[in-house]
Formats: sequence, C-alpha cells, structure tokens
Amino acid sequence: MAKPKVAFYWCASCGGCEEAVVDLAEKVLNVVAAVDIVFWPVALDFKKSDVEAMPDKSIAVSFINGAIRLSEQEEMAQLLRRKSQVVIAFGACAQLGGIPGLANLWDRRSIFDWYYRQAPSVAPDGSAPATKVKVPEGELELPAFWDTVKSLDQVIDVDYFVPGCPPTPKVLLAAVEALLGGKLPPKGAVLAGDKSLCHECRLNDSKPEKILIADLKRITELQLDPEKCYLAQGVICLGPVTRGGCEALCIEGHMPCTGCFGPLDQTPDYGGTAVSFLASIVDVNDEAEAKRVLDKVADPTGIVYRYSLARSKLGRKRLEAGA
Amino acid sequence: MSRQVVIDPVTRLEGHGRIHIFLDEKGEVRRAYFQIPELRGFEKFLVGRCAEDAPQITSRICGVCPTAHHMAATKALDDLYKAEPTDTARKLREMLYSIFMLEDHALHLFFLGGPDFVVGPTAPKAERNILGVIQKVGLEVGKKVIAARKELRGLIQELGGRVIHPVFGLPGGVAKGLTEEARVRFEEAARRGLEFALFCETVFEDVVLKNKAYVDLITSDAYTHRTHYAGLVDSNGRSNFYDGTIRVVDPSGNEVVRFAARDYLKHIAEHVEPWTYVKFPFLKARGWKGFVDGPESGVYSVAPLARLNASTGMATPRAQALYETFFKTLGGKPVHFTLANHWARVVEIVYAAERFLELASDPSIAGTDIRRLPTETPREGIGVVEAPRGLLIHHYTSDERGILTGANLLVATQHNAARIAMSVDKAAKASIHGGVIDDGILNKVEMAFRAYDPCHACATHSMPGSMPLKLQVFAADGSLVREIVRGVEACPS
Amino acid sequence: MQATVQEQRFEPRIVAFFCNWCTYAAADLAGISRMKYAPNVKVVRVMCSGRVDPAFVLEAFRSGADGVLIGGCHPGDCHYKEGNYKAMRRFLLLSRVLEDFGIERGRFRLEWISASEAEKLRAAVNRMVEDVRKLGPLRWKVG
Repeated sequence: MAKPKVAFYWCASCGGCEEAVVDLAEKVLNVVAAVDIVFWPVALDFKKSDVEAMPDKSIAVSFINGAIRLSEQEEMAQLLRRKSQVVIAFGACAQLGGIPGLANLWDRRSIFDWYYRQAPSVAPDGSAPATKVKVPEGELELPAFWDTVKSLDQVIDVDYFVPGCPPTPKVLLAAVEALLGGKLPPKGAVLAGDKSLCHECRLNDSKPEKILIADLKRITELQLDPEKCYLAQGVICLGPVTRGGCEALCIEGHMPCTGCFGPLDQTPDYGGTAVSFLASIVDVNDEAEAKRVLDKVADPTGIVYRYSLARSKLGRKRLEAGA
Repeated sequence: MSRQVVIDPVTRLEGHGRIHIFLDEKGEVRRAYFQIPELRGFEKFLVGRCAEDAPQITSRICGVCPTAHHMAATKALDDLYKAEPTDTARKLREMLYSIFMLEDHALHLFFLGGPDFVVGPTAPKAERNILGVIQKVGLEVGKKVIAARKELRGLIQELGGRVIHPVFGLPGGVAKGLTEEARVRFEEAARRGLEFALFCETVFEDVVLKNKAYVDLITSDAYTHRTHYAGLVDSNGRSNFYDGTIRVVDPSGNEVVRFAARDYLKHIAEHVEPWTYVKFPFLKARGWKGFVDGPESGVYSVAPLARLNASTGMATPRAQALYETFFKTLGGKPVHFTLANHWARVVEIVYAAERFLELASDPSIAGTDIRRLPTETPREGIGVVEAPRGLLIHHYTSDERGILTGANLLVATQHNAARIAMSVDKAAKASIHGGVIDDGILNKVEMAFRAYDPCHACATHSMPGSMPLKLQVFAADGSLVREIVRGVEACPS
Repeated sequence: MQATVQEQRFEPRIVAFFCNWCTYAAADLAGISRMKYAPNVKVVRVMCSGRVDPAFVLEAFRSGADGVLIGGCHPGDCHYKEGNYKAMRRFLLLSRVLEDFGIERGRFRLEWISASEAEKLRAAVNRMVEDVRKLGPLRWKVG
C-alpha cells in the first residue's frame, strides 16, 4: 500500500512550529518512515504550477503553519486545500492569527511610516519599499503588504487544528498518530484535550476554590512563590480560560500562562472570555476601587488577545477611512 | 510569480527572498539584486504592550533563535527600569545563553552549512544534507548530534520554562533559578557538552581543514569581501555573547570605534532601498557609499567571522588556541573569506561549551537571589547580545507605567544584509558569463549566502540537499531570458 | 441649478441588553405610560445584567450595531445579589478593549435603571441615540 502523501507549508511564521517538528528528535524518523513527504515547507520552491500539477486531493494531509499576511500565502493555502484531503492548521498563528495578529491594531501605512521614516536609526531619504521599483537595470517587484493578518480558517476550510505557540512535541505527536491511525474526531476539532490548563497544573491544589482578588499585580511588582497558584498571588494567569495540553511549561518556568494554546471548545471569543474571567475574580464591588484595580491590567487588549486577535469577533482595529 | 530564495534574516521577516539578475547584451551580469519581500511589523505592534511582555513577544520574531531576542529584550528591560540584575541572575542568564549558542551553532554545523563541506560542494545534491553527513561520517555521528541537541535543549527548557519561546527573563533578574542538585546535573551535562564541542572540532578538522580543495574554496576570491567587522567584546577585548561593548574594526583590522549599546544611534544608521523590505545598517562614521567593500564604505559584517575579527581573543583556553590556529592558517587578522564563517563557528562552539562549563561549575550560580525588583520609573532602555547570527539590539521607550511607546530593533542578519547582497552579486558576476547559467552557478550563489547562516536556514536546507532557489535572468531590454527553479524534488524517504 | 439636498439622517442601530427585573420592567412601564422615545433600540431581555457575556457585545458590534447599551439594577439591588457588580467590572475592562479596536467610548454604555424609572430610561436611550448619531455609523466591516 502506498504511503500517504504529506505536505508542509508555512505562511507568516517564526519557524518555531518547524522547530517543534525537529524537536520530535528520534521520534520524527518514525513519522518520516510512515509517510511520503511530497512538499517540505519553505524548503521547496512553492511555485504554484508544481503543486497545481498534482491531482486534486492527492495529498493526504497538508500541515500549514503561520498566519496569512500576504496574498501569495492565501493563494497557496487555497491551492493546498484543493490538492489535499485534509488540511491542518498547525500552531497558534494558523489557528488564531498568533502574535503577528497584534499588527491588526495598526495598518500598512503606520507600520511603513515607522520602519522607513520615523524609527530613530533610519537615515530617511524619502524612499520606502514599493511593489514596483525602477532600478538602472530594469524593474523589480515586491509583493504588497496587507493591512490585515488572518488566521488560516478565515481564508480556507480547515479540517483540524493543532494548538500552541508552538505545539509541544507531545501534542504534535499525538495529532500525527491520530491522523496516521485514522482515529480522528469530527471535522473542525482541535486536536488536543478540552480541559483548561489548571487541570494539569502542579499548583492546582493550591488554587482556592473561589478565586477572589482584591488587587492585581504585574509580574514586575513581586517575586512569585513557585509553590502557590499564581492567580492567588494576584498575578494574571490565563490558565483557567486556556486549553491545556502543554504540560504547564510556563508555570514550571515560574511564569504565568499567557494563553498560547488558545480557547477551549465552545468559547465564542477568547478575549471576551478572558475579560469575563478577570472581571469575575476581581472581588471589588465599589466602582471607583474596581476601576483602580482593573486599570492594573495595563494592556488589556494585548493581554487577552495576545495570540487570538486576528480570529477574534472583531478581527482588527477599525481602519481609518482612506487608509 | 513567487520568489523562492528562502533566506530569512533574523529580522521582523520570515521566509522568502528573491534574486533578480540583470544581464547586459553580452550575457554578463550587470547586477544581481537580493530582495527580502516580507515584513511583519513587530516594532510597531510592540507599541501599547506592557514592557515586561517584550521578551516573550519578541522571541516570536524567530523560532530558531528565540532565546537571542528574549535575552536582548530582557537586557533592554534592565535598562528601561534601571534594575541591575543580581549576580546570580546574570550568571544564570549567561549560562542559559551559552547553552543556546552551543546547540544553535551545532545545528547549523551538521544540518545546515556544514554538509557542504562534510559531504562536499560538488557532491550530488541529494547527499548534501544531514543524511549525507551521516553516510560520510557514520550513523554514530548522527545519533550523537541528535542526542546532544536534545539534551542541551532539555536544559534550556528546564531552566527557561520552554526551549521554543522561553519565559525566563525579567527586568532585574530571571524567573527561575537552580537548586544545588540541579546545578550538579547541569555541570555534568556541561562536561558532555564540552566533549561534544571538541568532537565538532575534530569532525571539522578531519573533514574540512585537512582537505586542500575545501581550504582553497574557502580562500577563493569569489567569496571574499573586505568590509568592516563588528562584535561584542568584554573589558579585555575578548568575545562575549551575553554582554560587553561593541567593537568595530576596519578592513585592515584597526579599531574604528568601541561603544556601549546605549550609544548605538551615534554610530549606526539604516539605509532604505525601495526594492526590499529589509533595511541596511551602516557605520555613520563612513556613511552609506552603496553596496561596496573597502575602508571608506559604511558596510560592516557581524556573526562568527566578524566576531573573531573584531575581538582580541577568546576568553576560554581551548577556544583561544583554536582562534590562534584559525588566524595563523588563514593569513592573519582580519580574515575576509566569507566561507571562513563555518570555521569561526566551530571556534565559537568550543567557546560556548567552555563558558557553559565555567558557569555551571560555579556553586554560587545556585543562589536564591535571582530577582531585583524594579523601583525606578521606566523610560527608555537598550539591550544588546550576540545572537548566533550577529549583533542584536533591542531599544524600547515606555511611558511611566511601563507601557511601550516605541520599539527599534536592529537584528542580526540585518547587519549582514548589505554584505549578503554584495556576496550574491559577486557570486553571480563571477559565475555567469555569456548568458550561460546552470546548476553550478546556483550552487555558488547558495554557498555565498548560506555561510552567513541566515535564520530559517533550518528550513532552507531541504532534504534534497539544495536550497530552493529561483533565479530570473533579464536581458538588457528587460525581457525574461531564463528562469531557473531548483529544489522541487520530492524528499527521498 | 437649485438642488434639493435630501439629507438622509443617520439612524443609529443600538442593541440593548436589559435585565428582566429592573430595566426591562422600566421599558414595560414606559410603554404602558405611552412614553415616546427613540425607536432605534433593539432590546434583548436577559435575566440579569450579569448574564451579558462580552461575546454578546462583540457579536452585536460585529453584526452592525452602532452602539450597545446594557441596563441593570442599581448596585445593591441585583435580584441575584452580585450579578450587576460583575457586569460593572466587565464593562470597565471591555470598554478599554473596545476603544483599542477603535470603538469609541460613547458607543458602549452601562446604565442602572430600576423598574420604576421609566423616565430615566427614556432619557438614557434618547441621549445615547443622539450621541451615537454624532459619532456616526460604525457598521463594522468583517474580513
């Protein structure tokens, strides 16, 4: 029986998801032996005609990581969708837009203005990158930079999601084994457990049954006791609203969870749920005092939407007219 | 049309690069342009974020060297809050950083640039990768490398929380320390790390340095550029990855300037070209003279070769011996051979391992005072480290609450961007004549920029053994003469 | 040429979440009393202002609302004791997030209106409609 054909592709990505595959170490060889890799991310020329030449649905699984930032990435995603039976959004950027999604609070013009004119080290001469440029020898092209970052399922139909920034080797391996073993949940599922991080956190026992905080602290204001629930110490930890499966690595690093495994199933909007959660645990009923405490959430949007801004209900900051 | 050269300088870029070569009527190269077609906007979207989130946000610039950004950001936070890290924290940071440099450099040596030499630049493409290395030097080597990498990365995860995107750095300290029990384990691992580093040295000597053909290749003119060099040095002028002052030498090796990261704006500016998204840092003292070599040009280089050129020596004994051999063999300081970066990297592998062992053997690194809480009002901070690929500077401004109001990042491969563009141009001009282009020139161009270990090289070195490359060649009248696409073979499995 | 400029006055679309025990009852009372107030509000009855999940607010804006109003019992009078305190805290945090998204403060409001305060309701709705009218249409574009 022929081995299943597998493809990898990356969009606006840091490469961490690729590294996560390499970190499977000796286990990756078992995976490699079981499949026929027909398209390696980044490593192969992603000239469209080569992939177009493949029969539709001839690729068993395509793993796509990274957010969609350029038109070319969307085109490739659509092409791989046609050629693949299953498409997996792999990592927080593909699933939710990821950290590059924070650029959705800005737009192309503001980003370019900083990079090519305003940054303190720039020796500005009025020029900035353009999609078509005349040079003495001819004309050069650059792809256009969009205003808005998108998650993969905002541009194509996605079958499954593997969460994490990046997915841990354990989660990755489990997902691959489920695929190869044909034991897949219904389409649209996230290939990881559906319990919040607290369930696998070593400090869960020290978490009070009702978390009631009178004051919030930023991590710069205290040294955490690594043996006690960080929320109970007044620091924002998004564990209660975040999908587990990561073995609570950040907590083991003595830092709180920032939400990289994304929402649990049935969460309509990660940031909205995080807002609700923070509002619930701050046990202050006097409005003025509540405001003082909640203002300690110094960057609410960056905190609740760090990985999921692009995939949030609103998706991006309102664009200025004519931007 | 998509662009295919997958070079990723560690900037706010990911992925893709493109080379356009323009020919004249005789089929000679007029100019080869190396373009970076992407940008993500980190500097802009850092604005509005809490300063203490910068180390974890900026590490997402690159998943191969997240620790470099994490550390530069952490040091910038020290400066922002004027919170000096405790001695213990400083040692822990430098130790973690040494482990990271060791494993990252070793990855490049065996998986990325090294195969060109271990297997040979004229070997069939399909063999120019880790599998070919294993074939050539034995399966045991392969297993050793994979195991060493796994162990080193496990240590980073233990101390830093995560290996890909650590959570370790805080202004004035670190989040986690070592117990004495853990320190002993780290020390034992450091001994194995040093053995592994010396093993890397042996492999490189046996396979590369003893082979005259390779040495000739390294010293050939096609891969030579005479530029300035910059690197971080300690108070004795010796190379240090974690901290120091920036020392710049000219193409003759004379010191031009030595400055603290805080003063970088006085010495470095960035040039903009409209045909690429990357900006080109240059020395203000010389000014931007274009993509040219020489003492009058503002172009400078960073990363292993530059660091060795810019320093007066290595701070650990075995690395120092290798440093001396390096310069003696290649004809004195400074060395201008781009391909010598691979060898310089080996010297640094040994230094990183020795430094790791030094720090892990110091019992005081298991101290409990790992944090100094900030007390000052934050305002502005600049931090510098040496990333595997070169100098990395993070510069932040904030309001009084510690919310970032500005971010300026000068990222490793950026400092090399001009020299890389020049290397590509030179290699193309040396190799293409009479309009004839074949696989050989693709190879030569590839070798020119792979030596810089541009980030995402991990992904550029595909299993088939070649970097995916697309060259478009345009005649004098602008028509497309030839398009060569390479790297489309399926993975042999 | 004399042109008759027909100014199409912008009519704000406001989605309101009114708690069953207080604000919704006030709306009933206003109706029974034949009070006239701006018809721009689509009312969704919830059992408590604390039932209002931020996702409802986000969905309302995403679906094209120009403004969102939450009406609940006065602090201390919540039928479920603490629900309105939660609403108050969520409102404080969510307003800031919405502002970061470019949704101005005036578009999202929280009012304490008890069952007998029909007049207060009328005034609050009219005021909000006029303020949002001045801010202009939001008509969120998705994608």
